[in-house]
Amino acid sequence: MLGRFFQKIKQGLAKTRSVFSGVVGLFTGAHRVDKAFLTKLEEQLLLADVGLTATTQIVERVRQAYLDKEVGEDVKKFVQAQLREQLADTSGGLTFQPTGPTVVMIAGVNGSGKTTSIAKLALRLKTDGKKVLVAACDTFRAAAVEQLTVWCERIGCDIVKQQQGSDPAAVAHDACERAKARGYDVLIVDTAGRLHTQTHLMRELEKIHRVVAKQLPGAPHEVLLVLDASNGQNAVIQAEQFTKTVKCTGIILTKLDGTAKGGAVFAIKNKVGLPVKFVGVGEGMEDLDPFNPDEFVQALFEG
Amino acid sequence: MFEGITKGLSDALKKLRGRGRLTADNIRDGLREVRRALLEADVNLNVVTQFIANVEQRAVGQDVLARVDPSEQIVKIVYDELCQLMGPVDHKIPLKSDRPVVLMLCGLQGAGKTTTAAKLALTLKARGRKPFLAAADLKRPGAVEQLQTLGTQIEVPVYSEPTDPVSVCQNAVKEAKKQLCDAVILDTAGRLQIDDDLMNELKQIDKLCKPDECYLVVDAMIGQEAVNVAKAFHDALELNACILTKLDGDARGGAALSIKQITGVPIKFIGVGEKLDKLEEFHPERMAQRILGQGDLMGVVEKIASLQQKMTQEEMEEQQAKLTKGTFTLYDFRKQMEMIAQPGMMKDLIGRMPGMADMIPEGEDPEAALKRVQGMIDSMTKKERANPDLIDTPRRRRIAAGAGLQPHEVHQFLKQFDQMRTIMKQMASMNIFQRLGMMRNMSKAGAFLPGGMDAIAKKGDTGKKKSAKERAEERKKKKKKR
Repeated sequence: MLGRFFQKIKQGLAKTRSVFSGVVGLFTGAHRVDKAFLTKLEEQLLLADVGLTATTQIVERVRQAYLDKEVGEDVKKFVQAQLREQLADTSGGLTFQPTGPTVVMIAGVNGSGKTTSIAKLALRLKTDGKKVLVAACDTFRAAAVEQLTVWCERIGCDIVKQQQGSDPAAVAHDACERAKARGYDVLIVDTAGRLHTQTHLMRELEKIHRVVAKQLPGAPHEVLLVLDASNGQNAVIQAEQFTKTVKCTGIILTKLDGTAKGGAVFAIKNKVGLPVKFVGVGEGMEDLDPFNPDEFVQALFEG
Repeated sequence: MFEGITKGLSDALKKLRGRGRLTADNIRDGLREVRRALLEADVNLNVVTQFIANVEQRAVGQDVLARVDPSEQIVKIVYDELCQLMGPVDHKIPLKSDRPVVLMLCGLQGAGKTTTAAKLALTLKARGRKPFLAAADLKRPGAVEQLQTLGTQIEVPVYSEPTDPVSVCQNAVKEAKKQLCDAVILDTAGRLQIDDDLMNELKQIDKLCKPDECYLVVDAMIGQEAVNVAKAFHDALELNACILTKLDGDARGGAALSIKQITGVPIKFIGVGEKLDKLEEFHPERMAQRILGQGDLMGVVEKIASLQQKMTQEEMEEQQAKLTKGTFTLYDFRKQMEMIAQPGMMKDLIGRMPGMADMIPEGEDPEAALKRVQGMIDSMTKKERANPDLIDTPRRRRIAAGAGLQPHEVHQFLKQFDQMRTIMKQMASMNIFQRLGMMRNMSKAGAFLPGGMDAIAKKGDTGKKKSAKERAEERKKKKKKR
């Protein structure tokens, strides 16, 4: 039994495209919901980074509801419904202010894809007919401002920037003034990547948040946490810490075009209550889609 | 958010204490805890399953040691197994006499390749080498500028040309040879391991530039995906090593284990901060502790032991003797502090060392607090360091002024140091397991809370009842002192 189990794992690993190939037939074929089935289900969820707590919960529910019954469409539906339910969210997309600029602040750890996501988001909003301004508040990383400038030129939206090393809060301040004065619909504030354990940098983020709020009451109206889908359980702590500091309103889940499943969002939704708003699915400028929970859950069970 | 593995384990194995032998049945719950800890540290599921089987095999049949908590026994086995799996590591970077060695960096987007390239160059420079950087990431806007800026900061030449990545690498190697550099670092663009076009481009560079070493740069926060990524890159390029980045965060870095286990590729360096000097050599022992979670005493003992290896044997014996005799001075303390004052080690160590945590006010950055303590010790004279009892009010005032603090802070520190010395003196005469037991008991009794030690440590009782006269004299003396 165990030998065969390892064999299967090995086969699965041999195919780079999918660790799941060994368990693709989870819901097909005539067998019962037994220990082996539940183990497989658990494996699949764990491999998608869903995390031990959420996985155990789901597996337990399936066990109680379907133990010893025939595996069929209804079991599949039940499992997917369970997962789907955990992602339930009523807010959907971004909320725009009826008057004055809507401020969207972007935060996240280093290398999660903030700048690229901003470019994609700006293009999406511009296509929707909004007048978009971008604030280059990543004044820390070398050439971050250049990177964002190049993107803005390609998209054709305006940018507020200062040289590297200047105070990010000051850039945010200027950007707010400009957004108000020139009647922009949306102001997207880029911030430098920071690990949530770096207290001083988290305080800096808080300051940017504060400065923006002072300029425009109620702003930033949306604070989006950019999360790399290939992150494991650390993503949950990231979400917790960033939400504590700048009251995040949603997540942009990036790099979903790889084989990573981004299962950590279940635990995040559960623990922190943060919904996923957008997903990044490629390197192109158009590769930002609104989050579709049904498709996302479906993808968890596909190779 | 995570509890250290030790607590769960010790709950699970409580009933085992001091009797019989470890069997598959009676350690099952314990192993479940190990599994939980490893999964929460993002070790790949398949690796975990195999790992648990190994541990079980090693544990079953062992006698339960009389004085040790069975959980500690299991932790020890797990720890040893982790170290063994993640090692051995070779931190050397090859050197060729007739040409520069070529080091290629690759990885997913956002793993930290460009920063790591600069860090690696700085590390080489520190080792007396002449590095050369090649900006072969023409994909991400600003990537070339980023490397150029970093290159200027560390004074390392950066090669770039707006052609294609393959030519950049080829020409960079030529240019490096011309400039008599001895190592070229190729910073390639980030790519997904399933992007065939881009993977072929990497293979092309590999074929034409023949890198001596290929390093995969991996984000420590990566989850189950780590094995897929490593495997694909390894298949394409035959990796020599991995560099794990962003370990200054609180990710447990289970990827280190997964990657080594699945591909056999060892971790060579780790990135522990945004500054360019924050690239360290990888040590399996430290990583094992990190994966197992923090706040466990076994970790402290092991960690301290690994630090003590740095001291010479003589020095260690000397310090041990001092501890036993209770002549451990502030000077020795300062020395020990310097040893733990390595980035990344400080924070978790302090929380776990007896007495140390009390010296740091809650919510304060331990590094800053330790610096303050260091400042105090530095403001003392040699005599005062050797014999802290010497320090009276004027001296205290002088030290406080020297360290930019208030006199009462100096007083507080000295008091705590005294308590610590008492604990250490008691511990020095025990073996390691007695020490663990003692620490546990003391923390239960609240000894590590401020003032807690006063209730436990015996006052200087001579067993002789003092006469009224003697007592009066003593009171007088105390008054004078004040």
